[in-house]
Amino acid sequence: MSERIRLALIGLAVLVAVTLMGLAALLSSRPLEAFAFSVFAGALVTSALAIVLTRDIVRSAMWLMGALSSAAGLYFLLGANFLGVVQLIVYAGGILVLIVFGVMLTGRSPFLRFDPRPAETALAALVGVLLFAAFSAVLLGSAWPPLPGAVPVRQAATVREIGRALLTDYLLPFEVVSVLLLAVMIGAAYLARPVRR
Amino acid sequence: MADVYVPWPQPRAKEFRGPSRAAARAAVSAYRAGAPWVRKHPALVFFALLAGGCLAAWGVQFLCQEYVRVEQRLLLTARAQPGQWLTLEQLAAGAVEVRAAVPAVLLYPLQMLVVRDALGLLGIITFVSILAMFAIWLERKVAGWIQSRIGPMRVGGWHGWSQSLADGIKLIAKEDLIPAGADRMLYRLAPYINFVPALMGFVALPFGVYWVFRNLDVGLLFILAMLGLEVIGVLLAGWASNNKWSVFGALREAAQVVAYEIPMGMSLLIPIMVAGTLQLTGEDSVMARQAGGWFNWLAWHSPWTFVAMFTYFIASLAACKRAPFDLPEAESELVAGFHTEYSGFRWSLFFFAEYAAMFIVSGILVLLFLGGWDAPWVGLAPAAWGEPHAPLGAQLLYGVIFSGPFWFILKAMLLVYLQMWLRWTLPRLRIDQVLFSCVQVILPLTMIVLLASVFWELALGSSAAFRVFSQVVSFVLALVGAVIAVAIVLVALAGLRQRRALVGTMGVERPLPGG
Repeated sequence: MSERIRLALIGLAVLVAVTLMGLAALLSSRPLEAFAFSVFAGALVTSALAIVLTRDIVRSAMWLMGALSSAAGLYFLLGANFLGVVQLIVYAGGILVLIVFGVMLTGRSPFLRFDPRPAETALAALVGVLLFAAFSAVLLGSAWPPLPGAVPVRQAATVREIGRALLTDYLLPFEVVSVLLLAVMIGAAYLARPVRR
Repeated sequence: MADVYVPWPQPRAKEFRGPSRAAARAAVSAYRAGAPWVRKHPALVFFALLAGGCLAAWGVQFLCQEYVRVEQRLLLTARAQPGQWLTLEQLAAGAVEVRAAVPAVLLYPLQMLVVRDALGLLGIITFVSILAMFAIWLERKVAGWIQSRIGPMRVGGWHGWSQSLADGIKLIAKEDLIPAGADRMLYRLAPYINFVPALMGFVALPFGVYWVFRNLDVGLLFILAMLGLEVIGVLLAGWASNNKWSVFGALREAAQVVAYEIPMGMSLLIPIMVAGTLQLTGEDSVMARQAGGWFNWLAWHSPWTFVAMFTYFIASLAACKRAPFDLPEAESELVAGFHTEYSGFRWSLFFFAEYAAMFIVSGILVLLFLGGWDAPWVGLAPAAWGEPHAPLGAQLLYGVIFSGPFWFILKAMLLVYLQMWLRWTLPRLRIDQVLFSCVQVILPLTMIVLLASVFWELALGSSAAFRVFSQVVSFVLALVGAVIAVAIVLVALAGLRQRRALVGTMGVERPLPGG
């Protein structure tokens, strides 16, 4: 019974949060988009926090899926369809599956716990604060030109434009990354090769 | 004494209460009223329901299409701003100008995008439910026929047509068990993570020229992403069950799907490269590239697209864990694999997801290689039927059959049938054979085909003689494809005719009892 109460409480909390977001969104000039943004952003922040606070590794991976999908939702909201889809394919469909796969292959107990030592927690917190400070400094330091009132947002770049840009203006970085990935692949194949005597 | 299972006294069975009881009673009485009719005139009822469903779906889709036409007219003539609420008078004026076939009152509620989206989603969910129920019934019939059995025969009368319906009611009423050692939250979550992406794949899957929920510029990638997300539900189900068979099923699923995603994506890259776009329908799309009947379909564009069609089909079998790649649920070794512990409605969600995924992968094959919703021949219907000023009946025929979902669903269901056929024909591979055939056979093959296809396209652009040669090759391939297609249909029909005969010397002359 306590589980039902807990589920009901979670549902109630989500409902209250979504209602508050809806009310806040009504104040903005584009209520639907503001609402969608706050839903995705709220889900992103909640799941990002939960990744760090959960002790169970597989649950943590599931929260990671929540975070990645919310980020993809934000991309879709911005009209960057390609970026959102690639986020889902590469991170949620590929890397997350590999993480869970690795946990399942290596884990001995049925539910793996993750118990960091205090020193590790402190180090991680330090790195987190430093990163946050760096990002905030960049965000606050850059100029944000105000958008003029009712100008429609330009359509995001199509796949064709992205492909053209990758093979003309950004050819060198593209090739460098490809070579890097190739090196990683060869390294992985080398590590995983069968030992021959 | 620890906990000993005491079979008696049993706890009282749960009963439906309140509104669900009323709904269940209404459903059962409707079934009782309808079943005799179906028993008497099965073909009549079937075609009436099919026609009614087509009419309803087309009506909703047509209303939305007319509204969009009127709105575009109003926007073009600058009598309305984007996002502005239109009045009934404005709509009526616009409807007269574009000669819309429906009164403005019907268009009025459609100007909220939410209403149109809700109608579209309702259509998608209805389609997926009917599809899953029909496909499960078909699977059991096909399995029966292939094994010289008769499959479900009793429920509903005519060839057990309502077997899936009865099973659905049973599954909803069944006890929802969660194993004591399971991770309860993840165990509950897993079926939804499996089912929702399968449903979302339909968001970008076009059924006809206008029959698409969202025509994304990255439509194909979106569907592939959703198919990729589906795996996580299976992994999670296996892990959260805390059962060694489930974990093995999930492990196999992860290994298999991650491996086969690569040849699957690379085989799809070949028609995408020929068409030069990821969009599935519209002006500049894969479908626009294939207009004009059988000989223009991308499957016979070059030898490489022809091979890619087969490699994609094999990889797609592995992606939706169908035999011979059904290792995640291998019932002869793993009980039921990742869904061993599931029961009731959660279990049925896995099956909804599986059959939805089967339709989606077949739909992608049809869209990219087999001409989508185009009929194999052209010129059957005058294009004027699709014009906005044509009579409503002509527009209905055009919208459903000639530019709509009729041919698409027919082709996709033929491929779904092919998947079932393979499932009951081929033995299951071992996991090392599955991975070997992916990494050492199909993956190198698709890489060679991709590379060859690149050079083929380059040569097409540069040499006129090569273009002639390519046309001859594609004509021959189209004929080969036609022979293969006709052969598949003929063999299937022959099998259906011979379905009561046993193989070899055990053949019986008389029909089996119950037939």
